[in-house]
This record gives sequence, structure tokens and C-alpha cells, in this order.
Amino acid sequence: MSRLLVVENLGKRFGGLAANEAISFELQAGQIVGLIGPNGAGKTTLFNCIAGFYQPSEGTIHFLGKDITGHASAQMAHLGIARTFQIVRSFGSLTVLENVMVGAMLRNKGVGAARERALAALEFCGLAGRIAMTASNLTVAEQRRLELARALATEPKLLLLDEIMAGLTPSEVHEAVHLIKEIQLRGIACLIVEHVMEGIMPIADHMIVLDYGRKIAEGTPAEISRNPAVLAAYLGE
Amino acid sequence: MTAHRPNTRRNATLALALAVACILPLVVTSPSHQNFLILILMFAQVGVAWNILGGYAGQVSLGHVAFFGIGAYTSTMLFIHAGISPWLGMLAGGLVSSCFAVAIGWPCFRLKGHYFSMATIAVAEILQVLFTNWESVGGAVGLNVPLAEQGWANMVFNTSKLPYYYIALGLLIVTLLANWAIERSFLGYYFRAIKDEPDAASSLGISLTRYKLVAIAISSFFTALGGSFYAQKELYIDPGSVLSTSLSIKMALVTILGGVGSLFGPVLGSTLLTSIEEVTRQAFGGSGMGTDLILYAAIIIVVAVYYPTGIVGWLRQIRRRYAKPEARG
Ligand SMILES: Nc1ncnc2c1ncn2[C@@H]1O[C@H](COP(=O)(O)OP(=O)(O)O)[C@@H](O)[C@H]1O
Ligand SMILES: [Mg+2]
Repeated sequence: MSRLLVVENLGKRFGGLAANEAISFELQAGQIVGLIGPNGAGKTTLFNCIAGFYQPSEGTIHFLGKDITGHASAQMAHLGIARTFQIVRSFGSLTVLENVMVGAMLRNKGVGAARERALAALEFCGLAGRIAMTASNLTVAEQRRLELARALATEPKLLLLDEIMAGLTPSEVHEAVHLIKEIQLRGIACLIVEHVMEGIMPIADHMIVLDYGRKIAEGTPAEISRNPAVLAAYLGE
Repeated sequence: MTAHRPNTRRNATLALALAVACILPLVVTSPSHQNFLILILMFAQVGVAWNILGGYAGQVSLGHVAFFGIGAYTSTMLFIHAGISPWLGMLAGGLVSSCFAVAIGWPCFRLKGHYFSMATIAVAEILQVLFTNWESVGGAVGLNVPLAEQGWANMVFNTSKLPYYYIALGLLIVTLLANWAIERSFLGYYFRAIKDEPDAASSLGISLTRYKLVAIAISSFFTALGGSFYAQKELYIDPGSVLSTSLSIKMALVTILGGVGSLFGPVLGSTLLTSIEEVTRQAFGGSGMGTDLILYAAIIIVVAVYYPTGIVGWLRQIRRRYAKPEARG
């Protein structure tokens, strides 16, 4: 396996608050890595640094061997890093299909070609029957899948998924888990922030645990669930 | 079948509107009435131009008169000093205006929402002061378009308003066609994505600054064409007429009233607003600054409170109400 993403000594400070501090980890091509930790641990902040929404205060991020620290988010998308948002952000004046077409236009500016790719991504995410609706009329689960389809349409090498299972019913969680496995089969690596443990434990190849902005543990899901520091962090929540 | 019918109806409506627009000035022969029709077309055209940046891309400019004025001054100066036909001068004005727009857009787009709008007001105000004190462009006295030979080559017509009417109509159609093409291309999708959710747009690889600059460059180009046309129609310009704040507000208002981000919204908006202005002018006399601004303020409040989607949104609402029982029956 080759190293896709290498984060070294990453720090992000908001005024006096260290939201991320000295975080280092690696992610291999095609791997699913779970990122967990109590609320406010700094998971979304770490995402925003990797996706180019925040400028890290210190440390470096390498993607495919290239230093991408501090690149803007649009550049990250061009390089092959796509993301979803914890609070869904669909384009309200566009239909479901048009939302995904915007993503597909990253690699092909032709409207017809973008439509074809968008339809394929929607089909893959189980939204083929919803293409003409506006995003606001979708259920929460569907809106999450729309974000996923839109990100996939950019043809990424790495997907950053921020709590896409929050608020879903158990059967919807099951479907989401299935979908992420399918994504992995396409050779796309995923870094997943998840609060729903049944959602992340069965699919993650590797887990990273944050608490108070620091990495407190990493390992396989089985190792993590036995780790005393992790248990303490979650019980102390 | 169902997807086909609205299209046919739409095309028929457009063909009818175009026919009426072509015949109207032959029926309405009084110069003052023709002038009124020309104003409707002209403000529709600059409204459509404003809509590209303010409507589709969601960057509300309240200083668009700067581009209008640059268009007017460029073509007039080229006509006076180099004898260049206003037709070419108009294109030059458009290009100068686009360059200026990109230069001021670069810093202004760092500001978001209302702060961007305020910065555009400042730019236009500064330009007005600059031109008022700049003697080589006529200063406060303004510029007269040279008394050239009448005719199409120089875009000068003294005896009839009719040619101006058809030029304004042509400019409006060209601007509408450009807008229509943009709407259907990836740019139209990108502009609306930037307006709706800038963060999501940039996460999909859309460089916000680059595409806002594209929007302002196109928008300012077409606004400048309107300015050059105005100079030829009046054969006289000064900072008070082509760089005035109320003109900036009117460009935005025509679009907001008609329907932001819709192709024909500004045409409807201009028809209504120019008509209302005409009526109030006849009622209160003169075009005193006061009545204009009071009217604009009143319209902004009514639209914001009752019809946030403008005339186009209101028409769609009505159509939906009548379409429903038909579909069931
Ligand atoms: N833009 C910001 N400005 C200031 N503080 C922030 C900002 N974003 C996050 N924080 C703070 O950083 C900490 C980590 O937040 P976050 O990364 O959202 O945690 P998580 O996603 O793990 O719940 C929190 O204390 C939060 O209040
Ligand atoms: Mg979070």
C-alpha cells in the first residue's frame, strides 16, 4: 500500500484555544480510517485543515507525497480531496441533479458530460428517483447521500466524511455503512468522523482517537475498544 | 409531451413579445412616448447585465453606475479625440470597464455580503468625484458628443428617436442571449452554487475569487454598452447623469423588482419601474432627487416584505395556482 495522506505535528489554534495540537497520522490509499472523540475534541477542525478551509497554525500535510499545507479548498478538490459537511450544505436553488452536476464539472466543464456523471453518482448513492426535486425537500438521510454523491462526482482519491450518520435510523445507518464499503471497493480512501459507533467500528481499517485536540490513541477498532485512555475519555464525557 | 408543451408556449410568448416590441414604436409616434419606451429597454438591458453578478452570482453591487459611466466616457472620448465610431467605442468601453471591474473586484471580493455592497458604493462615489474634478474629461461641465453627420455610422440621430429605439432593443436582445448562454453553461451552475453555498462550492473545486471576477467582468462589459448607448442617445454626458448614485440603485432595483436570477426578470422590472417613475414625474413634476429616492425606498420595502422573488416569482405562483386544478381534471 502507498501512503496517500501524511499529517505531521498538526496544530490549529483559535486565539488561546488549541483545537488541534501535535496531531500526526498516516492514511494509506484505499483505506477507511475512523476519527472519533468526544464533542469538541477537534475532529471537524482537523477536517477543515486537511480540506483547506483552515490554515494550520503548525505542522504539515502531505498528499501523494506533495506538501499541500495551507492550500485553498478549491485546490484540494482539484488534487483529489473531497469532503462533506457536518451540517449539510446543498445548493438551495438547484435540483438534486444540478447539485451533483456542479461537483462533476470539476473534471469536465461540458454540461452534458457532467449530467451523465452526476446521474451515475446519484444512481450509486440510491437517489436516482429524486433527481428533479430540490434538495430541501429531501429527508435528512437523503440530504446526506446527496452530499456524498456531490463529493463523489468530483472523482476524489480521498473522501472526508463528517458525521454523515448522525440522526439516522438504524436501518439507514446500515445502508450508509454498505455505501461506504462500496466506495472503498472503487479504490477511494475515506477519513470518517463518526459518533455512531455501530457505523464506524465494522468498516474502519484503522481508528484514531482525539481528545482535547490531541491524539490519545490509534489502532484497529478492536484495539481501540479495549484502550483504557479511550474508555476514560468517553466515560468522562 | 408534458416537457414539450411549456417550451412551445414559452417560444410563442417570446415571438409575440418580440413582434410587439418591433411594431410598438411605429404605432407610438410621439417622441416623448418613444423616449419612454427607449428608457424601458435601456434599463432592462443594464438590469440584465447587473443580474449576472448580482442575481446569478449573488454579489449585490450598488456601484454599477461606475461601469455605465466608464462605457459612456470611453466611447465619447474616443469619438471626440480620435473620431472613432461609437460602435467601436462601445466595445472599447466594454473592455475598459471589464478591466476596471477586475481591478476593483480583486480587493472588493475579499469582503462578503453587505460589506461588498458598501465597497461598490464607495468605488462609484470616488469615481464620480474624480470625474467631476478631471478637466480633460470635461469635469463638472461634462462632454458634448461632436456634431457629426447624422446616421448609423456615427450612431447619431437628430430628427427621429426611432433608430435609438431599435438600437436599445438590439442591445437588450444581445445581452439576453449572452445571459441565456451563460445560464446554460457551467458558469451558470457555478454562479448559482457560489451564491447559495460558497463553502460547498469551494469544496467542489470552484475558486470563489476567480469566478466572481468572471461574473463581474461579463456584467460590467454589458453595463458599459448601456452607458455608451446612453451617451449617443443624449449626445451629452456629465458625472451627474452617467455616474449618479441613483442610477446604481435603479439598476439593482429593476432586477430585484422583476426577479433576481431570472432571465426576463429585469425586463418586467424595468417596464414597471420606468412606468411608475413616469407617472410620479407627471404627478410631482421635475425629476427632483427626492421623489426618485423615496420611490425606490418604498419599492424596496414592498418587494422585500411581500414579494421577495419579484414579479417573476409572483407570476409563477399564480400559474401554479391555476395549473393545479387543470392537472387534476
Ligand atoms: N472557527 C472557530 N473559532 C473558534 N473556535 C473554534 C472554531 N471551530 C472550532 N472551535 C473550537 O475548537 C474546538 C474543537 O471543535 P471541533 O473541531 O468542532 O470539535 P468536534 O468536531 O470534535 O466536535 C471546540 O472547542 C470549538 O469550540
Ligand atoms: Mg464536529
